[in-house]
Amino acid sequence: MKKASFLMIIGPLFLLGLFAFPLWNIMLGAPQYPEPLGMNIHISGIQGVSEFDLQNIDGLNHYIGMKTIPKPGEMWEFDIFPMVIIGMIALGVLIGLLGFFGKVGFKWFLGWFLLMSILGVLGMYDFNEWLTDYGSNLDPHAIIKVINEDGTPMTYKPPLFGNQKMLNFDVTSLPHTGAYMMFLGMTLTLVASYLGWKSKSSAEKQESKEAVAA
Amino acid sequence: MKKYTYLVLGFLGFAALLTSCGNGNQGKGSSGALNSSNAEKVYVAPGEHDEFYAFMSGGYSGNLTVYGLPSGRMFKEIPVFSQFPTSGYGYSEETKPMLNTSHGFVPWDDSHHPDISQTNGELDGRWIFINGNNTPRIARISLTTFETEEIIEVPNSAGNHSSSFVTENSEYVVAGTRFSVPIPQRDMPINEYKGNFQGALSFISVEPEHGQMDIKFQIIMPGFNYDLSHPGRGKSHGWFFFTTYNTEEASTLQEVNSSQNDKDFIAAINWKKVEEFVNNGGGTKMPANYAHNVYDESTHTATSTMKKEVLTVNPLDVPGAVFFLPTPKSPHGCDVDPSGEYIIGNGKLSADLTIHSFDNMIAAIEGKKFDGEAYGIPILKFEDVLAGTVKSGGLGPLHTEFDGKGNAYTTFFISSEVVKWKLGTWEVIDRKPTYYSVGHLMIPGGNSRKPFGKYVVALNKITKDRYLPVGPEMEHSAQIYDISGEKMELLYDFPTHGEPHYAAGIPAELLAPKSKKFYKLSENKHPYATLGANDAKVVREGKDVHIYMSTIRSHFTPDNIEGVKVGDKVYFHITNQEQDFDVPHGFAVIGANTSELLVMPGQTKTIIWEPKQVGVWPFYCTDFCSALHQEMQGYVRVSPASSNIEISWSLGD
Repeated sequence: MKKASFLMIIGPLFLLGLFAFPLWNIMLGAPQYPEPLGMNIHISGIQGVSEFDLQNIDGLNHYIGMKTIPKPGEMWEFDIFPMVIIGMIALGVLIGLLGFFGKVGFKWFLGWFLLMSILGVLGMYDFNEWLTDYGSNLDPHAIIKVINEDGTPMTYKPPLFGNQKMLNFDVTSLPHTGAYMMFLGMTLTLVASYLGWKSKSSAEKQESKEAVAA
Repeated sequence: MKKYTYLVLGFLGFAALLTSCGNGNQGKGSSGALNSSNAEKVYVAPGEHDEFYAFMSGGYSGNLTVYGLPSGRMFKEIPVFSQFPTSGYGYSEETKPMLNTSHGFVPWDDSHHPDISQTNGELDGRWIFINGNNTPRIARISLTTFETEEIIEVPNSAGNHSSSFVTENSEYVVAGTRFSVPIPQRDMPINEYKGNFQGALSFISVEPEHGQMDIKFQIIMPGFNYDLSHPGRGKSHGWFFFTTYNTEEASTLQEVNSSQNDKDFIAAINWKKVEEFVNNGGGTKMPANYAHNVYDESTHTATSTMKKEVLTVNPLDVPGAVFFLPTPKSPHGCDVDPSGEYIIGNGKLSADLTIHSFDNMIAAIEGKKFDGEAYGIPILKFEDVLAGTVKSGGLGPLHTEFDGKGNAYTTFFISSEVVKWKLGTWEVIDRKPTYYSVGHLMIPGGNSRKPFGKYVVALNKITKDRYLPVGPEMEHSAQIYDISGEKMELLYDFPTHGEPHYAAGIPAELLAPKSKKFYKLSENKHPYATLGANDAKVVREGKDVHIYMSTIRSHFTPDNIEGVKVGDKVYFHITNQEQDFDVPHGFAVIGANTSELLVMPGQTKTIIWEPKQVGVWPFYCTDFCSALHQEMQGYVRVSPASSNIEISWSLGD
């Protein structure tokens, strides 16, 4: 149980990586952009991969009537997400410490993992909603309006995950370092849950053996 | 029997046919195979980069062109001494001061010898220098922006030809006069040249960090023609060598009269000694008048300052600083090998090359073995300084470069060839024809301690029949040879722009990574910059109207302007708001008596427009900037001089 608790303390601390590294990254390459434009999505805001990338993406997007990329303060998520992450880190470390002193069991570890997973899925859902709005809620006075073959106006939602061709751009959307650290930290808490469960069940077996022996 | 004989003869004949056929085929076949492998050697696939940059002087274009090697593709023309309507250089208000001189605005020159800055005798790729020959000037070009940053006029000089070569640590860029003149200039009979005219050799210091040039001193030499020069390197660092002709000091029909002496001189200058002399207060300050023009990257503006004094040194005041090395037949090129030991005099009217030894020269100086003097300057004995002679069988040697592997390559103008020979043994290893009449040649780093001896580029004076004819006037041709093997191999011909007098090459990896992509708008300190579209405005100051205009894909702010009157002087100050690589905007307005402007991202440029006719006149973007480039346009309403319409401006109203 000591080993499990230790992992349960370490795991949530990996989420601190989200404050230093991007959660997600979207790159836009095109023949005329041999060095692709890119945005890094941090939990506290969106940054360009190179200094002027956001400005240049906005410059291109204005042709097709997309809104400008939100600045921190323009989206509630960038205020709330950091607080949620800090809260979850504190909660996870606390559970780990309590586990260490034998106050709580592996179910709490698992509980933290499940709560974090639900929050993660909600976060992804919210992110996808924003991408959809960003890519399809277009200015009716846009300079360039492209119509699909079926007659509907073309939308420009970047992919949530993976690669997609959009007009002349190849758009690639993938998790970044912050996300990988979060996944690693969450996996550690899952391992902690498993170890906790194993040590508990072996302790129970030991107990029952001892009981049998007695 | 008879029949048999015929048969045999027939067979022999057939065999001969076969053989000759075979030979013919073999010859063609092998040259075909050769050609295809040569094609591969110069083929740079789409999207791939060249191995070297080559900077070719433009000669009478006054500019410098940038090529890739081995492909021979031209990337850019850098305006230096000549107005360049393509970008507005020399036309825009910001760049006009670059062409200011003591003779006023001089919009052209004859650019000659580019040389890249060095550290420890090796190319460092910070700047490239080039001389203006006609109205003596030296320019410094940044190798991060590939733009001319500074031009300094050289006083007391005329025909600034033995220039602009840098010393081993870019301490100095050196400029020598080809034409001797009265110093100071004065009204005197031309036929009193002899003994009265003098030649100035200028040592221009280069500030180590930012490269700013300043004439540290001028050595006032006898009235010969100082043709070409090169610095000592390695053990001869601290010396500079100049070839001379017209030691006869003729002032007329020089074609004949300057070619009478069997030997002219290479002047060896111990500049370290002269530097020490002036640092200790030596030399004479002389009144002068010359322009110093500096372009500031943050204001995107050049300023011209007239300097009023120059420090001159009489070589006789610095004993042991200047010597003459007799060198046959009006030597042209003066080249120093990578070790610094050999000083090559390319005697342009002879068949042979003369090679002097630096060690021999020092020994002769120390032994005071002089063979007379010229105007008080000691002449060393030819035999004492001579290291060897290359008996080439060619005619008219002009210039020599080195491959760093112990070989030298010399151009022969008259016999139209490049000759490869070995340093030390002086034996000729190979010779290849050029098409035709080669002048300079260039090996990247070929005049430094560390040449990159893979290619040599021959810069030819005559092009006829090598390309599709384009009338009487055509561009000069360059030819690239592979010199990685024992024998040179001609790979490719390509035209250059203007007349390339010398070139400088450098490995691409030394320059490409630091090439600037655009200027930061946040660092733009131009007094008339429009840093955001909200700052756009039009201001009348009497008859002057200043338009603060911003450009971004794809509109001008403002694009409608009213209240301008006939007789006004309208300043269009255009700022490009883009912050992305390769998104310039151009600007042109109907009837402007000047060029367009090509404004790079983050930059501000200005042209003056003086409307002479009432009307509504359009302006537009000249650089295809986006899918909506054609829409990037606007109007200025010009009212009669007597009109009382107020200045107003708008966008999208």
